[in-house]
Amino acid sequence: MLADKDRIFTNIYGFHDWGLDGAKKRGCWNGTKGFIDKGRDWMVNEMKASGLRGRGGAGFPTGLKWSFMPKVIGERPHYLVVNADESEPGTCKDREILRHEPHLLVEGCLIAGAAMGCHTAYIYVRGEFIREREHLQAAVDQAYEARLIGKNNVHGWDFDVVVHHGAGAYICGEETAMLESLEGKKGQPRMKPPFPANVGLYGAPTTVNNVESIAVAGTIMRRGATWFSSLGRPNNVGTKLFCISGHVNKPCVVEEELGLTFRELIERHAGGVRGGWDNLLAVIPGGSSVRMVPAAQIIDTPMDFDSLSKLRSGLGTAAVIVMDKSTDLIKAIARLAYFYKHESCGQCTPCREGTGWMWRVMTRMAEGRAEKREIDMLLDVSKQIEGHTICALGDAAAWPIQGLITHFRHVIEERIDQYSANPDHDGAVRHAAE
Amino acid sequence: MPKIKIDGTEIEVENGTTLLQACEQAGAEVPRFCYHERLSIAGNCRMCLVEVKGGPPKPQASCAMSVNDLRPGPNGEAPEVFTNTPMVKKAREGVMEFLLINHPLDCPICDQGGECDLQDQAMAYGISKKRFHENKRAVEDKYLGPLVKTEMTRCIQCTRCVRFTTEVGGIEEMGATGRGEDMEITTYLNKAISSELQGNIIDLCPVGALTSKPYEFKARPWELRKTETIDAMDAVGSNIRVDARGREVMRILPRTHEDVNEEWISDKTRFVWDGLKSQRLDRPYVREFGKLRAATWPEAFLRVAQKMKASKPERVGIILGDLVGAEEAFSVRQLAEQLGIKNIDCRQDGTPLGELGGRAGYLFNSGIAGIEEADAIMLIGCNPRLEAPVLNARIRKRALKGGCLIGVIGEKADLTYSYNYLGAGPDSLKQFVDHAPAQKQKPMLIVGQGALARPDGAAILANAYKAAMSLGVIKDGWNGFNVLHTAAGRVGALDVCALPAKDGGKNTAQILDAAKAGELDMLILVGADEIDMSNLGSTFVVYMGTHGDAGAHRADVILAGAAYTEKQVTYVNTEGRPQMTQRASFPPGDAREDWAILRALSDQLGSTLPWNNLDELRAAMYKVAPQLMRLDQRTPADVAELADLAKAEGSMSDEAFRPAITDFYMTNPIARASKTMAECSALKNVAQLKAAE
Repeated sequence: MLADKDRIFTNIYGFHDWGLDGAKKRGCWNGTKGFIDKGRDWMVNEMKASGLRGRGGAGFPTGLKWSFMPKVIGERPHYLVVNADESEPGTCKDREILRHEPHLLVEGCLIAGAAMGCHTAYIYVRGEFIREREHLQAAVDQAYEARLIGKNNVHGWDFDVVVHHGAGAYICGEETAMLESLEGKKGQPRMKPPFPANVGLYGAPTTVNNVESIAVAGTIMRRGATWFSSLGRPNNVGTKLFCISGHVNKPCVVEEELGLTFRELIERHAGGVRGGWDNLLAVIPGGSSVRMVPAAQIIDTPMDFDSLSKLRSGLGTAAVIVMDKSTDLIKAIARLAYFYKHESCGQCTPCREGTGWMWRVMTRMAEGRAEKREIDMLLDVSKQIEGHTICALGDAAAWPIQGLITHFRHVIEERIDQYSANPDHDGAVRHAAE
Repeated sequence: MPKIKIDGTEIEVENGTTLLQACEQAGAEVPRFCYHERLSIAGNCRMCLVEVKGGPPKPQASCAMSVNDLRPGPNGEAPEVFTNTPMVKKAREGVMEFLLINHPLDCPICDQGGECDLQDQAMAYGISKKRFHENKRAVEDKYLGPLVKTEMTRCIQCTRCVRFTTEVGGIEEMGATGRGEDMEITTYLNKAISSELQGNIIDLCPVGALTSKPYEFKARPWELRKTETIDAMDAVGSNIRVDARGREVMRILPRTHEDVNEEWISDKTRFVWDGLKSQRLDRPYVREFGKLRAATWPEAFLRVAQKMKASKPERVGIILGDLVGAEEAFSVRQLAEQLGIKNIDCRQDGTPLGELGGRAGYLFNSGIAGIEEADAIMLIGCNPRLEAPVLNARIRKRALKGGCLIGVIGEKADLTYSYNYLGAGPDSLKQFVDHAPAQKQKPMLIVGQGALARPDGAAILANAYKAAMSLGVIKDGWNGFNVLHTAAGRVGALDVCALPAKDGGKNTAQILDAAKAGELDMLILVGADEIDMSNLGSTFVVYMGTHGDAGAHRADVILAGAAYTEKQVTYVNTEGRPQMTQRASFPPGDAREDWAILRALSDQLGSTLPWNNLDELRAAMYKVAPQLMRLDQRTPADVAELADLAKAEGSMSDEAFRPAITDFYMTNPIARASKTMAECSALKNVAQLKAAE
């Protein structure tokens, strides 16, 4: 269990002042100039040594990502873009940072910017986040006023932070779609390569990072990479904000060490599963985009990137969605299918056409109004989407359904049997006629 | 140059080649919908997926990946790409299935049927089973104007049309609204598209979502006889294919010619074909008691011969129109010479071109493809968007590439690219006459007919030449002095010297003045309709042409000729490239090919032209203008002759340059007879009126 002294987000519940004075009391903006003076290479190496893996879902090592930026600033400026378009169902960690710890983010932007040669950072805030943006903007203004950022600031690295408000599209959380949206275009992902580190915002080298990845940068520099890497398990180090929702007694956002077991996490912070551990049915451990894991497999699994991917699921954003035995799993996944159908940008064929198809089949399956052979068809359709699209939304739409079919095929079959057993249903007649 | 192995064959390709292009070079077919080599890469249809060895275990979009992005194997082996593996087959089947689930099964009533990419590729790469049993999506049709018909339920969102109109057409009126499966292609506020190149999106559309409105439900592609020929709507000489059923022209499509029209054609070129069927002169007419009546050919010829016999040659004038082929112009000139007629002019708009400066003085010397090399372009009295839309697209392409300065003297029009406005008329031109040389490698001057078709045209041309010299437009290996013509037949007629005789021949303006003053007995109009017919006095007018337009209304004798799709003639485009049309259908009724009419008429006049067929005619013509023999080749003009341009007399007035074309859709008799063109013209005029309010 994470000791209080090792917490990075000490005001995550907003009990204290989120403004500059409060943040400074908690250690934010302390010694920032020192790290910047040590130079780009030191900061990037420190980040690499800390072993921080990106907190936005994919878990790509942050330090490595920073090192991809060109070493020398060429004709085009470098940009840092912070992804605060947190829209993944179940995920609500970044909003707590934006509301209660905005200065950690602003400070992180400055450090990351200086480490990558950026003089400008854009923070792309989800359209629905109104209060969050107000707090963040206020924090940015305070930092400007205190000359912590801006031209000729006390840190000696000219740095501008622009808070940009999105318009409420999930797809704009995809890094290249975010760049398109920032440029004023329709938020549709770009093809890679070229990667943003070469051709990003306005064609300039750009790094897109998650809010949490950037917000922890200041504390990592202050307390040292060794401190951070001593927490957690090998290759899955540090602390992480977990968003626990669903059928637990006390849903919450909590900062914990990576690698503690699911049981510990729920017992200690969420007050246990509703109705006890025997009542647990399945868990979606990393936000709606990962495959669900049945209760028996997850209970004693360490909550980290590698352990969960071994279960063919993933830590994702660490948005743990707990489902007890009262859950209609088919209906739940059908609802997620609707979400992906609604949020598909429509650019490329498999996702545009496939998400709608899957949602329609899922809706029928939730009623039982389907044929059993359609289960395999659905699985096949999901595999025709997965890996065939420009961005990862196609994969994200396919995985929840694949997870359901892998682990709970019998539930779907029972539902279909129930439905066709009722002679009033037309599907039943068709079934009998065959 | 990187090496790459495709399906086991190793090839070497240029840097920056995409996998799709590399596959094609290696002979592997890759299906695609959104990819088009002249548009930006969207990568959204996902049909071109291929397997890349050593990459991630998922198929890659070959259109978007460069061969340089692939890593060689551990021992430096060339990266490998496969287009025939089970993974690729499965991927194509999957994408095909997704494209078809919401595509209506209305091929039997779809105009694209038979030439539909989706249909063809579904046959080649699709599966024959159906697994989708939900309701299909229906999309409301959009209004894009009188040319492009929409059936948006068929749309597969490849966005080729959006990319074409924004990138090539230069308008930002098309786009996609909505997202996911609700994404729809539409125009801004459902208004008609304002591009002169919009017809090309019909060809680009891989399915039947955008089809030709005038051609709607008219024919099936397999019923049509396809004739590869040349367009005559402007002086670009676009390569076209005319599709006819029986005697009727059903549609016109572009052909690819990299140096001329790439693969685009203007809307006038594409949609003018209904004008070939209406207002046609299908037999000779003679005027009796003030009224025209149908006549036989001998009757009409007799009437002309009688009048000719009664008139002295110096009281006869001949004006050639915009659509005459080089063979006809040559025949007319030969006939005039034999009859001693000196008053002959092929420039009905009154430009001074062809008098001084040799061929270089009236050609687009750098060639149309030369635009892409230019690093500075000055447009003088010309609006290429209306005068030659396809050429304008080329300038836009150059402008978008960057590093090309564009200046305009004349009308301040929307040319679809940004430019520096240098002034309205001769005054602004004058400042370049003694200008320091431009700091550019390949500067270019384009002089339009708006600057030349006026009384002081010769002086303007002289000043333009002087400006060209001082700016350094003409240098070793680069002649950037360009004249942009608007008439398809003009350069050919100038090449065969259909000009007033040097010893006292009258030009167009003088002929018209003479007619007004009663000093002209007879005026022969060879397809010339753009002159003022109201001031011809009592002159006896012979009109030879195709349509009942201005000339025919004034005529005393009408000789019914053939239109550009109905005869084999040579048109020389503005850059001096001779190209030959082919007959796609026959002239209506008793109308005849123009060279044959002239040959028969010469017989009646007692001065038979010395040829019995087109080959003999051409042999005679090639003696006068040997460059016409080299079809599809540009014979560079002698730069030294250009210096004569400066010898022109007179000075420039200070009147601003007027546009040469005010109504793009109504520039010649065929276009004026077209209902489609009339609709477009009306729409444009309403739009202009509204804008003026």
